[in-house]
Amino acid sequence: MHIVVCTKHTPDSEAKMSVDDAGNVSWGESPLIINPWDEYAVEEALLLRDEHGGKVTVISMGPEQALEALKHAVAMGCDEAVRIWDDACAGSDTLATSYVLAQAIEKMEDVDLVLFGKSAIDAETWQTAGAVAHRLGYPALMYTINIAELDADGKSIVVEQLLEEGRQVVSAPLPAVVGTTKGINEPRYTSFIGIRKAAKMEYPLQTLDDIGAESGKVGAAGSGVRWPEVFAPPVREGEAEIIEAETVEETAAVLVEKLLAEKVI
Amino acid sequence: MSNDIFVWVEQFKGQAAGASWEAIGTARGMADELGGAVVACVFGGPGVEALAQEAIAYGADKVLLTEDGTLADFRVEPQAALLAKLVGEAEAAAVIIGATFRGRALASALAVELDTGCIADCIALELEDGKLVATRPIYAGKLLAKCAIPERRPQIVTTRVRAFPKPEPDSDRSGEVVKVEPVLAEEDIATKVTGFNETEGGVSLADASIIVSGGRGVGGPEGYEPIQKLAQTLGAAMGASRAAVDAGWIPYEHQVGQTGKTVSPDLYIACGISGAIQHQAGMRTSKVIVAINKDPEAPIFKLAHYGVVGDLFKVVPAFTAALEEKLG
Repeated sequence: MHIVVCTKHTPDSEAKMSVDDAGNVSWGESPLIINPWDEYAVEEALLLRDEHGGKVTVISMGPEQALEALKHAVAMGCDEAVRIWDDACAGSDTLATSYVLAQAIEKMEDVDLVLFGKSAIDAETWQTAGAVAHRLGYPALMYTINIAELDADGKSIVVEQLLEEGRQVVSAPLPAVVGTTKGINEPRYTSFIGIRKAAKMEYPLQTLDDIGAESGKVGAAGSGVRWPEVFAPPVREGEAEIIEAETVEETAAVLVEKLLAEKVI
Repeated sequence: MSNDIFVWVEQFKGQAAGASWEAIGTARGMADELGGAVVACVFGGPGVEALAQEAIAYGADKVLLTEDGTLADFRVEPQAALLAKLVGEAEAAAVIIGATFRGRALASALAVELDTGCIADCIALELEDGKLVATRPIYAGKLLAKCAIPERRPQIVTTRVRAFPKPEPDSDRSGEVVKVEPVLAEEDIATKVTGFNETEGGVSLADASIIVSGGRGVGGPEGYEPIQKLAQTLGAAMGASRAAVDAGWIPYEHQVGQTGKTVSPDLYIACGISGAIQHQAGMRTSKVIVAINKDPEAPIFKLAHYGVVGDLFKVVPAFTAALEEKLG
């Protein structure tokens, strides 16, 4: 089995985000990390490899900072890592990013599965996995919370997808794109040996030429969406109105009155 | 190019998603300004015809209706192929889709198929010079971005569930219903839906107008009993913080926050939840927030509108009793 995991780097989820007058976004001193959702995708890839044999390749489209994500994935246990970048890729929306990732995957041999995290915690579009699947012509098995069956020889897969009303069971032929979600597994911590391996690993850079991508289809030129203005949301003034009464029963009764006045119950 | 706005109507077992009517309401206002029509797309299995009239009542001028077994369960391929064909033929200005699980998956394929942009998870939409300008949260709502699709058509947007008002249905409205053939036959569709296990315990978090959530303070799985009782009394959905889910007290389906669901109910009651920034990311847009926590310093009190400092095992049952008395 050849399993490809797509990942990206993001600011830490604890990061204090700010934006300056010129619209530059900053995450202060916070570290760049692997997108936390992608750890579920990496873990699932490693579990499947260990059960069915084969290799896991982790890929990322991004500037040098993307190495943070790739290194973490290798430290968890991925076999190979590839970074794809060209300055022309800057400003890519999900339409353009999906083009680059799909081109890179198409150049790879014998891909059976392409795994994604549910979304990235920076832009949170949830769009890239589905867009890559559509470009490749692979089934898109989004929000997968359980891979119920995988037949590596018969090239088929059965997953449970988490939808609003419950879990939909879907079968599909391989190769397929699987968008993972929390609950599918418990991602492992990186080991000392893993971190050493990741530090020594080579991270080949593929250019647009290497993956056969046209520069007019990447970056702003290849994107549909522009985001000219980024701003901090207005801060809500004031603190909670603390409800206090003699007894807990009276407190509860006051709270009920307040909520009735708000017309929310 | 036309000024028509298409809306995809999501359905599960013949019931439409509230997010789709919110999308029709949003489309209605824009179409009126642009001088175009609101075209609702109802694609489902036999029996979804009733949704066509409902779509008109909510504000559609025209409904494109396809009833076919291939569309009964949600799959991206047949829905995207049909929607792309119809949107393309109409040269629609925009497509609005509720940002549900299904809606987001569909939008991603549609954008590629039509080689255009998709602005995901919008919380506000306006028109500037006839073009959509959408506001969407980024970095878990710590920042907001204004987005547009200046050059390509159609402009695809997905709208955050409950971020836009649901219009009042008007059964006197009239509109045209056009039956349309599906694009893909069953043998052209690689994915097969073989089952559906519905979540136990009723109300879905995304659609809920009231959510009662329990966090670390509930102390264990049995601690959800008073929370559940309160939720039942209010007809509310039950939520949880990451700490409670990670501890194994309650399934992941209930998690609210950055690594769980994003919700915006009318009323969010946080019980024993300290209110870490990651939890706030999932519920900060709730209209009224009530916090019940024994720690007066808990960050949730900075976000909440009403707070009760006290033991949730005393406050929550008292609150339930007071509600039962008042609401009968």
